[in-house]
Amino acid sequence: MKQFARLIDVLNITTKTNEKLAALQDYFKTANDKDKVWVIALFTGRRPKRTISATLLKQWCAEFCQIPSWLLDECYHTVGDLSETIALLIDAHYQPQQPTTEMPLHYYIEQFRRLEKATEEERKAFMLQGWTQLQTTTERFIFNKLLSGAFRIGVSQQLIVQALSKVTGKAPSVIAHRISGQWDPGNIGFEALTSDENNIADDSKPYPFYLAYPVENEVDKLGDINEWQVEWKWDGIRGQMIKRNNAFFVWSRGEDLMTEKFPEYALLQEQLPNGLVLDGEIIVAKGSTPLAFALMQTRIGRKNITRKVMQDAPVSFFAYDVLEYDGKDIRHEPLYERRKILEQIVAGVNQEILQLSPVVHCTDWVELATLREQSREHFAEGFMLKRKNSSYQTGRKRGDWWKWKIDALTIDAVMIYAQKGSGRRSNLYTDYTFAVKDGDALVPFAKAYSGLTDKEIAQVDNFVKRNAIEKFGPVRTVKPELVFELAFEGIAASKRHKSGVALRFPRINRWRHDKKVDEINTLDDLKQMLQLYGNK
Amino acid sequence: MSKLISFTDMGLYCKQGNFYIDPWKPVEFAIITHGHSDHARPGHQHYLCHTLTKPILQLRLGQNNYQTLEWNETIFVNGVKISLHPAGHIIGSSQVRIEYKGEVWVFTGDYKTEDDGISGQYEAIRCNTFITESTFGLPIYKWKTQQEIYGNIQDWVLQNQQDDKASVLIAYSLGKAQRLMDAVKNITDTVYVHGAIYNMQQLLDEMGYNFVQVKRISSGTTKQELKNAIVIAPPSADGTPWMKKLNPYRLGICSGWMQVRGNVRRRNADIGFALSDHCDWEGLLSSITATGAENVYVTHGFQSVLSKYLNEQGIAAWEVKTQYGAEDDEQPVTDHANSTEP
Repeated sequence: MKQFARLIDVLNITTKTNEKLAALQDYFKTANDKDKVWVIALFTGRRPKRTISATLLKQWCAEFCQIPSWLLDECYHTVGDLSETIALLIDAHYQPQQPTTEMPLHYYIEQFRRLEKATEEERKAFMLQGWTQLQTTTERFIFNKLLSGAFRIGVSQQLIVQALSKVTGKAPSVIAHRISGQWDPGNIGFEALTSDENNIADDSKPYPFYLAYPVENEVDKLGDINEWQVEWKWDGIRGQMIKRNNAFFVWSRGEDLMTEKFPEYALLQEQLPNGLVLDGEIIVAKGSTPLAFALMQTRIGRKNITRKVMQDAPVSFFAYDVLEYDGKDIRHEPLYERRKILEQIVAGVNQEILQLSPVVHCTDWVELATLREQSREHFAEGFMLKRKNSSYQTGRKRGDWWKWKIDALTIDAVMIYAQKGSGRRSNLYTDYTFAVKDGDALVPFAKAYSGLTDKEIAQVDNFVKRNAIEKFGPVRTVKPELVFELAFEGIAASKRHKSGVALRFPRINRWRHDKKVDEINTLDDLKQMLQLYGNK
Repeated sequence: MSKLISFTDMGLYCKQGNFYIDPWKPVEFAIITHGHSDHARPGHQHYLCHTLTKPILQLRLGQNNYQTLEWNETIFVNGVKISLHPAGHIIGSSQVRIEYKGEVWVFTGDYKTEDDGISGQYEAIRCNTFITESTFGLPIYKWKTQQEIYGNIQDWVLQNQQDDKASVLIAYSLGKAQRLMDAVKNITDTVYVHGAIYNMQQLLDEMGYNFVQVKRISSGTTKQELKNAIVIAPPSADGTPWMKKLNPYRLGICSGWMQVRGNVRRRNADIGFALSDHCDWEGLLSSITATGAENVYVTHGFQSVLSKYLNEQGIAAWEVKTQYGAEDDEQPVTDHANSTEP
């Protein structure tokens, strides 16, 4: 545990990628194999199943530290992280006796897994034992964190891949491929996990996605438009569709296996050839016609996809790339070659549910810019620009693929509620709720957390502390005075929201110091936007 | 009888004695607890403070009508008995005890219970009504001993020197900076400081607070001198071009807020030392109990939390809004944070 605690301390504090990389490499060189596999799992979002609820944790901690539960909540709102709050409280309350035997990381994880079948008393006893046996705040913090698994310490999958590649001497693409997909950290050795031999066949493994940066200069700086393949940038769920040895898988970019969420695609399982990986967008659509993204949200969270759900929110797969064909990795082939193969496959299947993401033809950038203005009518967010001779790369890279998005929609609103954030925003009011006017009333319609600089956050935080009116748990109502311009990608009707609308990706565009509350937009303005751009 | 101290727009006011304590607007007669700018403001006609606070006020506020007291020395103002007692916050920092017709009130100003060897040992004063700060009034704030933190700072500096890096410590110029000089005196003869700290240290040197040789970083300071050096700079210097000259260095921030790891990250520091000049939770509770006060007013910090807790423990308490700690609030942990901890 001590070794992992040291790693966490470094990763937590340093902002320098090189230092993070060095710490990870050092860890992967020296830690025991079981721990290493678990660290890879934890840092790539493979959380162990949660066996104790946050409510119980809080209750047991308050009891142990002899403080009222409201006081623990106050601490939590200030720290912004329950694991850290508990670690600090235990630390303040309890003097550890003589050091106990040092146990490795995987010991604690395995114990937590066992608790699944344990009684509440046994669970409580295990937590208390951990709290009192571990020696430092960091160790206790990790112990608590293992329950939720969400470390959030600024380590990207790419960084893990880099470190493992350096330590094992294997190519980053091999490692990236090996550690994505489905594997059970409790049942695989470090060697087996990072080995590139195919004897541990895992038919489900997706390839790491190739991601684009936004266009940085004027598009005409990209050169001859004929060197570029232009497609609409779809507003759906990026996914890979895989068929190997007759088994069929659908992965999202978040590396969630989503095969069960889209039973419609089962049709394709029969018709697609074996040894195939397609990259594309899962879109709510009637055949080739996309529908509003809001419909996706009506089905994505559901456990059971009923016939009705499939009727109300049907999906298509808009394929734009093929990464594996006939069992061979063809990512190094140029895009125009891959596109030819893709077109053949889609034509061969000939099902409405599998669409080819069409190529947009334009003779010059000016014409393309004009066409881009119609993105919303096509249910697209702009264009994807892909160099025709580009290979399919790993992760977010500049140069060959760019996204050229349309400008967001904007609205002026006033902040009415604020709540403290977490992580590096702990003890600062950073999470805000905004309202528009409806006659004399203010109607909340959106929350936004991002878009302000640290300096602006400090100013808003100061304003909230001085202008808080009422307190509802961690939420403060504040004097409606600060006006902001919010940007968002889309708008849809919503019965769940008081305002009757739901925004897609709302964030703060700028602080309108120049505007007063009576100059903000109205609920009618929002409704008009819903008419223009929304979808029922 | 009416209250001995009331909370007015101008500051804490004693009607019976017609004087203010740490007022934020200009008044006729002000008792000043200590030299930090949110407590010692300019423009008063008459200042009463501790002997050690006077030179600090002279440096910061210029020539004024100053009157000084030693700790435990008493005077009467309009029939109200006044005395100052050590608060342990910074050099000269004092609690104010006032007594009238057998009723005793104490205002702490800022205070800490641990003796730092520089600021005097805080003494709990028996009183009827206690007015306490609450900067770190949550149970997550529990300080390690000064000895342990100094040890951590020394280890960090020595490690940096091994790695060929300077150690830059961010600390408020009055209070924390002197403690840091004290912390590193056994591992160095010289510390390099920012101008703001140098000016204050010139004064404190004369008063006898000299732990190490202090050199001001100026245009003439060479890169060679700064190699592997220990540098102390105020929060305002953090992130400015002034820091460039110190490269390569590691950055350590010394403030109670560093107790929470998100704050260290937000400041882009390499390490945070939770070294504070304020009480931790336990310090607040033990001090309050030791005064035997029937009534407690809680000011700047986590007023509502601490007063609610005290009420639950059977001690009558109220929260009071003051303008102290304003510097903390304005720049919460983004740049100034509580490393100012005024």
